[in-house]
Amino acid sequence: MDFEVITSYLPRYEKAFFLTIRIGWLGILLSFAIGILSAFLIHFRVPILSKIMDVYVEVFRNTPLLVQLFFIYFGLPKAGISVSAESCGIVGLGLLGGSYMSEAIRSGLDSIPRMQTESAVALGLTKPQVFFSVIFPQALTLSAPAVIANVIFLLKETSVFSAISLMDLMFTAKDLIGLYYNTTEALFLLVVFYIVMLLPVSVLGSVIEKKARFRMLGD
Amino acid sequence: MGEILNIKGISKRFDDLTVFKNISMKVAAGEVVVIVGPSGCGKSTFLRCLNALEAIDDGEISLDGETIGSDSKNLNKIREKIGMVFQSYDLFPHKTVLQNLTLAPVKVKKADRKEAEKEALALLDRVGLLSKKDNYPRQLSGGQKQRVAIIRALMMHPEILLLDEITAALDPEMVREVLDVVLSLAKEGRTMIIVTHEMQFARAVADRMVFMDGGKIIEEGSPEDFFEKPKTDRLKKFLHSFTYEK
Amino acid sequence: MGFEVLLKGSNMIRLLGGLLVALRISLVSVCISIILGTVLGVAMTFKSPVVRGVLRVYLEIVRIMPQMVLLFLVYFGATKAMGINLSAEAASVIVFTFWGTAEMSDLVRGALKGIPKIQYESSVALGLSNVQTYAYVIVPQIIRRMIPLSINLITRMIKTTSLVMMIGIVEVLKVGQQIIEANRKSSPNAAFGVFLTIFGLYFIACWPISRLSKHLEKKWSA
Repeated sequence: MDFEVITSYLPRYEKAFFLTIRIGWLGILLSFAIGILSAFLIHFRVPILSKIMDVYVEVFRNTPLLVQLFFIYFGLPKAGISVSAESCGIVGLGLLGGSYMSEAIRSGLDSIPRMQTESAVALGLTKPQVFFSVIFPQALTLSAPAVIANVIFLLKETSVFSAISLMDLMFTAKDLIGLYYNTTEALFLLVVFYIVMLLPVSVLGSVIEKKARFRMLGD
Repeated sequence: MGEILNIKGISKRFDDLTVFKNISMKVAAGEVVVIVGPSGCGKSTFLRCLNALEAIDDGEISLDGETIGSDSKNLNKIREKIGMVFQSYDLFPHKTVLQNLTLAPVKVKKADRKEAEKEALALLDRVGLLSKKDNYPRQLSGGQKQRVAIIRALMMHPEILLLDEITAALDPEMVREVLDVVLSLAKEGRTMIIVTHEMQFARAVADRMVFMDGGKIIEEGSPEDFFEKPKTDRLKKFLHSFTYEK
Repeated sequence: MGFEVLLKGSNMIRLLGGLLVALRISLVSVCISIILGTVLGVAMTFKSPVVRGVLRVYLEIVRIMPQMVLLFLVYFGATKAMGINLSAEAASVIVFTFWGTAEMSDLVRGALKGIPKIQYESSVALGLSNVQTYAYVIVPQIIRRMIPLSINLITRMIKTTSLVMMIGIVEVLKVGQQIIEANRKSSPNAAFGVFLTIFGLYFIACWPISRLSKHLEKKWSA
């Protein structure tokens, strides 16, 4: 492995890394927003809207991000809606992620035993008080592991952004391999940067998961 | 002694099944009514109707002269006055014992937090759990959790306390510590309606015994009459199921 | 809007053919993953710290590395590192199996953990050998727990096969692109219809399977 090659590639990878992080986390934030909204609508069985959300969740959970991106980036412009590659990445990640987050949060909300609501109601707490003081905090803890898993999943999914010409890490690697044939160095840096992007999240995720388990189950 | 709770001819149905029909009962201040009966005869549902966790299909319930309706402001106020403790000692797992006790008083009665905490600590001390104030429910035994659940209901200063088979899910060694708390509450004049199948406890704590079967009140009376001189065959048979002869 | 393109000639058939390529890769990978994963899952329960350490690193690699990166590593890297010319399809199967085995082994390990020790002890007390215990007592119990999760893995694999177009395999997205290119003059808006259709095809491929899994989970958890 040629270290000079590596240092010469570093700036390009760094730029790509920050692009990926930026679009990735914006997409994740969007997915939280959509996911929480959707989970609430479904959990509280809001008429009509919850059905729409059900459909949304099923459709986006059962199709790959790449296909969604292609449709948004190449297909929609033909119907008059034109998006930049970056927006497409953020929106695509947000829509896909939103469906996963919705499932995670909704399942947390649903798995709180009815007795919790009943005990709170029996004490005289109003419905909003029951939700915000008793149900929601427990739901967050219960859905934490799934939410973390989704964040990691979404960060990994950013690796398809090169398909819509975003100059992310994969794009950089492919480009360099094609141009200079220094495959080993290019791949090495690729792996390193993804480790830097994901390992901290994975470790933090495991810590949060353990804490969440402990809070709810005591083990 | 004034009458607090007036139950007039209430009925409850689940689809086709009639859980209980036309039950009437009056409970006076300071009275302890104990309801016993075979499983599934509607005792728990009856209790749950009293604080509107379940809706009644016929009849009327009034507390202090005020009818318990399905209007929600009315319901919250009612539930402040009617305390209930369940079989499943569901404390809030994400809060400490002290927080469990102060949550409702602070949020519903808008009590001052410091005042509420003082009261909570006094009650904890009374049942011997002061040292557990900062523990989480998962660190407590069943009996300890149930005692906290009772105090939690007391923190709302209810006029009447409903206890729904609160020792049914406990290990035998822990039943005593919980029932001792209930006995002390009875001694200090609390109005309570208790559903239980701990017969000796029932006899000790009740001012009035009620036997319910098949959704109807079969017999009621003072503890002495109830246990020594049961009038109906059904009650005799029921009581017999608790006594063994070699 | 571009849907008419699909009705031309054998376009639709080619599209479906592309989907079949994806399904084929998934199927082969899943089958191998189930076998290897089960073996590894059982291996995880062994007390040897070395075995467990290695397996944990393996699982962490799969957890962190995007499949896309693994595809690149195997496809471009294998040629460089080992001089073998790996076909894109072979590289895909290797990567998917690598991924699938890790997930299956985690599934199996989790399922085994949920079986109370008393099951092993009662079997031994009845005189069953180790193998018999696993075959007749343990495995039947974990199969029920594992099937919904395995189906979930299969659906995810099918979706992930869309990535293989990036290393040149002609699967459904690539076919779609070819169709769009070929009909650029006659149907300028083909991209909309074609990609929407592909969207729909993936949904039709994955949704029934995930519904089945939910149904089984409900049925067997009660």
